[in-house]
Amino acid sequence: MGLRRIVFALMVLGIVAWAVFPFAWAIVTSLKAGSALFTVEAWPSHPSLANYAAIFNEQPFGRNILNSLMAASAVVALSLGLAVLAAYALGRVRFRGRGLLLFVVLGVSMFPQVAVLSGLFELVRWLGLYNRIGSLVLSYLIFTLPFTVWVLTTFMRELPKELEEAAMVDGAGPFVIVTRVFLPLMGPALAATGLLAFIAAWNEFLFALTFTLTDDARTVPVAIALMSGASQYELPWGQIMAASVVVTVPLIGLVLLFQRRIVSGLTAGAVKG
Amino acid sequence: MSGLPHSSLERQRRRAAWLFLLPMLIVLAGVAGWPLVRTVFFSFTDATLATLDSFQGVGVDNYLWLVRDPVWWRAVWNTLVFTVVSVGIETALGLGIALILNAHLPGRGLLRAAVLIPWAIPTVVSAQMWGWMFHDLYGVVNAILMGLGLIAEPRAWTADPDLALPVVIAVDVWKSTPFMALLILAALQMLPRDLYEAARVDGVHPVKVFVRITLPLIRPALMVAVLFRTLDALRVFDLMYVLTGNSRSTMSMSVYARQYLIDFQDVGYGSAAATLLVLVLAVATVLAVTLGRVRVDAGR
Repeated sequence: MGLRRIVFALMVLGIVAWAVFPFAWAIVTSLKAGSALFTVEAWPSHPSLANYAAIFNEQPFGRNILNSLMAASAVVALSLGLAVLAAYALGRVRFRGRGLLLFVVLGVSMFPQVAVLSGLFELVRWLGLYNRIGSLVLSYLIFTLPFTVWVLTTFMRELPKELEEAAMVDGAGPFVIVTRVFLPLMGPALAATGLLAFIAAWNEFLFALTFTLTDDARTVPVAIALMSGASQYELPWGQIMAASVVVTVPLIGLVLLFQRRIVSGLTAGAVKG
Repeated sequence: MSGLPHSSLERQRRRAAWLFLLPMLIVLAGVAGWPLVRTVFFSFTDATLATLDSFQGVGVDNYLWLVRDPVWWRAVWNTLVFTVVSVGIETALGLGIALILNAHLPGRGLLRAAVLIPWAIPTVVSAQMWGWMFHDLYGVVNAILMGLGLIAEPRAWTADPDLALPVVIAVDVWKSTPFMALLILAALQMLPRDLYEAARVDGVHPVKVFVRITLPLIRPALMVAVLFRTLDALRVFDLMYVLTGNSRSTMSMSVYARQYLIDFQDVGYGSAAATLLVLVLAVATVLAVTLGRVRVDAGR
């Protein structure tokens, strides 16, 4: 019995180390300045915040964070607004074609993004949004909208029928029912869904890479992927790791804080078997 | 709806439903439907990025060039290998981690928090982190393996054509296993407890319990999770692009299509590649739904 416990504990420790080590190593690397970067040591002998200063002084990383924040917030607000209405219709009203519509919504969320790239490029250029945040808000809707619709639909369906009937007896129309009766109950669901959609938009790479051109217009993932140093052949690894740590710490914080909600939101979005 | 004058009310509700759906449907048609139609359309033309408004139809020429390009087939092969191997490992590992998380043991909270970290890290960031760890000169992976005496000299992990794809797969396993584990854990937690009580009382071996009871019961949820991860893996782009650029040894179908669309500005040819990728995904979905009997159901 004792041996089994030890084996088990070792396995758990191994998994934890495997999950955490890369990020820990990124933190260690980000604190190494100059040539310290090129020695493998578990903790820098002269830890320095020079890399953190550099990403905000030498690189437009502050601007990149702002771009990501604006694009992700706008697309989440837009998606939630559209999805609440759609979720009421899909979750609570019986009508012909409802199953097909849900299937289409799910299908869109499974789209390979590269499949809409040329059509979207044309649209973005036609709307004059190239190299602007608007192009990202537009393209991110492809995955945030189906996701929010799907999750909120499963949530709407669970709300008690009596609430709606009581409101109908009082003469409330569908719009009043959604905004006055259901919406106040949906705070937690909206927060969890919004957070997951926000993370997805924050992490998006392909569209942001394609629809932005200048350093100032880039989002965080594109900036981290394309960050270059003084010479073309030498990647500024210290700065890349510093930037990675800066954007990942808040994400990890949020995820750990909302653990339970995220897990239930994920499963509502993915598994309804 | 009993007790209400429902016929007219129902009609009103149904009308409102369509009204509520309309904005969402218009947006989806605009950002997904229309661009997809344009991509398929472009795949039969010689359009370039600079001349998106003046082009000529070329029939199926783009597709004929595509099937004759060994680099394309390499991309197809890379994508399939990546998908099968990484989803396979992720399912097995995810199942293991989910079982550990589901057994009420000390340290469970720590484990759950720890596996959420890779999931929370943006793909691009994890690709860069691992890219640095696998660095040929200063990477910690080489240092550790040489310290342990497992390799005699440093390896160029991401540049070596034989090692690059395994490295990409390893990074994906690290990043995506938590998702699998969480989905499987959710399924495990819904299983009826009394069944296990009965098996325990009867003295059934734990392995047998797992194979005979647990696995069949979580199969539907497991299949959905595998389908989602498979579709996700088939369209992979970020990992390859950041870790190995446009290198042929790891290039996925998405990387190939984007390279022609944007870097070479050949919209017609790139669109043909993108269209074929959609077809591959569609076939995979149909196969999963018919052969694997995956039920994706929210309409109930």
